Amino acid sequence: MAEITLKDIIKEENLVYKRSKIMTNKTLSYCPGCGHGTAHQIIAHTIQDMGIQEQTIGVSPVGCSVLMYDFLDLDIQQAAHGRAPAVATAIKRLMPDKFVFTYQGDGDLAAIGTAETIHACNRGENITIVFINNGIYGMTGGQMAPTTLAGMPTSTSPYGRDTSMMGNPLKITELLAMLPGTYYVTRQAVHTPRAVRQTKKAIRKAFENQKLNRGVSFVEIVSNCNSGWKLPPVKANEWMVENMFPFYPLGDMKVDGELVNK
Amino acid sequence: MEKELRLMKGNEAVAEAAIRSGADAYFGYPITPQSEVLEHLMLEKPHERTGMVVLQAESEVSAINMVYGAAGCGRMVMTSSSSPGISLKQEGISYIAGAELPCLILNVVRGGPGLGTIQPAQSDYFQSTKGGGHGDYRLIVLAPASVQEMYDFVELGFNLAFKYRNPVMIQSDGIIGQMMEKLEIGPQKQRRSAEEIAKQCPWATVGKPENRERNIITSLDLVSARQEQHNHKLQAKYKEIQEKEVRYELINCDDAEYIIVSYGSSARLSMKAMDILRAKGVKVGILRLITLFPYPTKIIQELTPKVKGFLAVEMSCGQMVEDLRLAVEFKKPVEHFGRVGGMVPSPEEIVEALEQKIIGG
Ligand SMILES: Cc1ncc(C[n+]2csc(CCOP(=O)(O)OP(=O)(O)O)c2C)c(N)n1
Ligand code: SF4
Ligand SMILES: [Mg+2]
Repeated sequence: MAEITLKDIIKEENLVYKRSKIMTNKTLSYCPGCGHGTAHQIIAHTIQDMGIQEQTIGVSPVGCSVLMYDFLDLDIQQAAHGRAPAVATAIKRLMPDKFVFTYQGDGDLAAIGTAETIHACNRGENITIVFINNGIYGMTGGQMAPTTLAGMPTSTSPYGRDTSMMGNPLKITELLAMLPGTYYVTRQAVHTPRAVRQTKKAIRKAFENQKLNRGVSFVEIVSNCNSGWKLPPVKANEWMVENMFPFYPLGDMKVDGELVNK
Repeated sequence: MEKELRLMKGNEAVAEAAIRSGADAYFGYPITPQSEVLEHLMLEKPHERTGMVVLQAESEVSAINMVYGAAGCGRMVMTSSSSPGISLKQEGISYIAGAELPCLILNVVRGGPGLGTIQPAQSDYFQSTKGGGHGDYRLIVLAPASVQEMYDFVELGFNLAFKYRNPVMIQSDGIIGQMMEKLEIGPQKQRRSAEEIAKQCPWATVGKPENRERNIITSLDLVSARQEQHNHKLQAKYKEIQEKEVRYELINCDDAEYIIVSYGSSARLSMKAMDILRAKGVKVGILRLITLFPYPTKIIQELTPKVKGFLAVEMSCGQMVEDLRLAVEFKKPVEHFGRVGGMVPSPEEIVEALEQKIIGG
């Protein structure tokens, strides 16, 4: 048997992520196993790797991640519910050399903030949008979201989402990919090490793209909400793979301004 | 420096003043009777003249949140709208007040409620001076009565906004916004450099360097005791504003037996009414409000023992008159006269109101 060298061990899959310096020492307010914390860590690593802490301004939403400014050691503005893309638009227009990103849940981005999202994307604002789609309103206690799957029970659709009465789940990311103002549109996840690596690449690309000034880079992360879904973390991830991914398939939708044919 | 005179609409004067005062950004959405602000800005190419950012947003909601974003970066930013659009902005204004950001908001008031009318009114006084959105907060409210004041109050408004880190509203009306008058305009001021902004606004989110704490712009604090403290701090600021920033004009009040309290275009109309009454031998003076908040309570209390009564003249069903009554404390008669729904009072109607409601009453 050949001897194992250090080179064999230093593989991406064996890497243990260190806490990023961009993360503060504050204890995360998220439920154990929630994808929000992982998504924060990925953003923090990206900003650290790119060395752009001093050039980055974040915009936090209203939702479970409203306190993002407690966890990321960055200049951050907390926006009104759904308005992060408008807030980010102004920040970027006034400081075009900075990196500006929003971080938004599905209620924030795809319900109350639909107009702000679509128009920021349609204007081609040179910003990064990170969209955490957990198919539910986590923060307010598990109500139906625009992205809640057909038949999925929530506190405001206790017998499951009846689409004839409550409307259909909204694939807003597909919609945004159609707009000329988006340059990069992708759907990722953070439930396995492999998915985390993929998402890290996507977030990196979404930030790097801001140097090109070609429009919005949009990264959806399909994520879990154990508390809202009323499932323990591992079960929640299994449920997500079985139910969310078929409806919200992972992968790139638009790269370098070109729609990806599937 | 030689005076530069222009003939302009009130709305255009605001746009020109924004450029010349070195504003960094304007975000707005069209609505009558104030669309000339955005139109004039677009025509003037401020992005070429000074580098000012001007953007037509998809709604007033979006526009005010763009204002939040820009103000959070320490920028001199403004928006304008008319009544229905200002109602839409209220959530954003509340956030701006809560986060203590400086900005300027112009309301060219039209008649309401609802879609109401596109004609002039002053029926947004409550909304402007009592908060407007949710929570305990106040705006500094300036009331121009001429095109010149529309121009001048832009720079004054920005100065007050930055001095107190508070949103400032110019509450105008459809008459002042639409009418053309001669005005004197000032020289072009340089926009502040990024370094000057960072120095003037150390709280601004412009990117966190190694050697300072991160800056956070938020109105949220879930710890009730701290949120209460924050509220007390805001109230102390409003109190200071009430002590230091009251502005008004007294016209013929020295020998006056009757005083008309008014502002904006109503005050202009009241001047004519005063002339008619003075010609008849009735000693009438005018207290013209320049700030609606803070309200000039002290001068009213000084005038009260000297006069026989007050008439509030405003294009509303009686909003500003409530503050007048509070100031007079029922020591002298206080009456109200107004036309509403876009109707403008004539000087003769004001004369008649004073004669019947105060002198004869
Ligand atoms: C104007 C307004 N309406 C409603 C709310 C209440 N609210 C807070 S968070 C939230 C939903 C958040 O859900 P989502 O964006 O999916 O984020 P998550 O918590 O799931 O990450 C709602 C409705 C609010 N804060 N402001
Ligand atoms: S409620 Fe849901 S989204 Fe919010 S922290 Fe808990 S698991 Fe995450
Ligand atoms: Mg959600």
